[in-house]
Amino acid sequence: MDPIIRINNISYTYPGSDKPALDGLTLDILPGTFTAVLGSNGSGKSTLAKHLNAILTPSAGKVYVDGMDTTDEGNLLAIRRRVGMVFQNPDNQIVANVVEDDVAFAPENLGVEPHEIRRRVDAALRQVGMYEFRMHAPHLLSGGQKQRVAIAGVLAMDPEVLVLDEPTAMLDPRGRREVLAAAESLCRERGITVVLITHHMDEAIRADRVLVLDKGRIALDGAPGEIFSQTAALEALRLTVPETTALITRLNAAGMRLPTTALTDEACAAAIMEALS
Amino acid sequence: MSLIELRGLTHIYSQGTPFEKTAIDGISLTIDAGQTVALIGHTGSGKSTLISHLNALLKPSGGTVLLDGQDIFASKASIRAARFRVGVVFQYPEYQLFEETVFADIAYGPKNLKLDEPEIDRRVREAAAFVGLDAGVFDRSPLELSGGQKRRAAIAGVLAMEPDVLVLDEPTAGLDPAGREDLLARLFRWHEIRGATILLVTHDMSIANRCERLVVMAEGKIVLDGAPEEVFAHDGQLLSIGLDLPAPAHIAKLLRERGLDLPAGIYTLDRLAEAILALRGKGAGPC
Repeated sequence: MDPIIRINNISYTYPGSDKPALDGLTLDILPGTFTAVLGSNGSGKSTLAKHLNAILTPSAGKVYVDGMDTTDEGNLLAIRRRVGMVFQNPDNQIVANVVEDDVAFAPENLGVEPHEIRRRVDAALRQVGMYEFRMHAPHLLSGGQKQRVAIAGVLAMDPEVLVLDEPTAMLDPRGRREVLAAAESLCRERGITVVLITHHMDEAIRADRVLVLDKGRIALDGAPGEIFSQTAALEALRLTVPETTALITRLNAAGMRLPTTALTDEACAAAIMEALS
Repeated sequence: MSLIELRGLTHIYSQGTPFEKTAIDGISLTIDAGQTVALIGHTGSGKSTLISHLNALLKPSGGTVLLDGQDIFASKASIRAARFRVGVVFQYPEYQLFEETVFADIAYGPKNLKLDEPEIDRRVREAAAFVGLDAGVFDRSPLELSGGQKRRAAIAGVLAMEPDVLVLDEPTAGLDPAGREDLLARLFRWHEIRGATILLVTHDMSIANRCERLVVMAEGKIVLDGAPEEVFAHDGQLLSIGLDLPAPAHIAKLLRERGLDLPAGIYTLDRLAEAILALRGKGAGPC
């Protein structure tokens, strides 16, 4: 399978900075996969995200989206249709006074036919569980609801890739659960490629693949079970392990034999029950 | 005597208009000097509105706020006194840095207290050291700092006021795990050394469970108030108002549901590991 995103040895330095934010990063992302990107503050996560739909273009190296070079301005519109972004602050991403108008904003700008807009808006709102709120005023919604409207706005463009840059940082636990469930179902049910940037280890455990960035490069790359079994390496990179892994490590140190791949609370509880019985 | 006392505190936004909204609804709460309290609740539960009354940024629609038994809204002088004694760090405080240098920014509060230069200098240096901000950045513009350093500078500006009560709204939002850990450790050390009261507003249960007392808000009211083990025992209620359990408490709940005989009140990793290991070899599994 051809990668939907191909990143070939890119570097990027912000104007006025003497240190590269990305420093020779190479990465392929396969279509339909769910990738979580972790890393300390300043490791280059958000800079990487902004390269995925040509908000930034590399100082050196190349990014290809569905085979299209992001530095070629002629590709810009096609790239932005394929890769949608959702950012941290839900209040900065809403443009209309009614939820369904907000979701329709991008396809209207793309010149999509009205009946097709109607179909896409309804489908997108249903997909994120916000259809019943379609006539509501966005500013009266909760944070998690606003983020789901922002995701629906991206879905209405019919993208192939959804990039979420710390979408839950400002949300309460219920809002976090809602947004993560929406992102996961888009990947699993609709085959959309999801790239989730996060500071919360527990948000990464359901991904197919976890990338850890450090100083603008990929330091670790693997399945969640492989990555989170490396406690020392993660701590050296200013990260931590999910609490399930911390518990299993503690129990194993006391002589139990539990698999470090039991990452969800449910899998962890099941493994403990099996070991005790 | 309680340091802070809220009596029937109510706040109604846009009162008398069609947009009228009761943000907090008849809250009574006392906090003793030196307590560490986590105020938790879903978005829109009234947490931010509540803390804005503690240093008189908002005036109650009903009820009173007492500091050392005195109504903080009694006079201009008492309002001013409350602003100096209760330091509030709002969410993403780094957007509120405005002076030309980091030093001047941290010194802004102490200057308003009309302290002399050597005392201002001492306070700025101590506050910066407390939050882990190197004196080498004092002459730089706050805009040149990294995100984490800006956060520290903003918090140092409030610590330099040497308040009796430190209120922080989601102080670790957006920080990486090591940054989160470091900042929390420093804040709790400040509490230990100065004996100051800390009120942490958060919806991160792994932060909340480090405080000695949890106050849970929903729909403008206090719905739970107690030690972490008491509050986290109400797992169904916490989940239904949009909150979470700390992971160890959630895993303990799942283990109990699967038939494991774990003691109540487990919410830390240490206690959960201990309890599981105690059951090992006893044939404690379900049969």
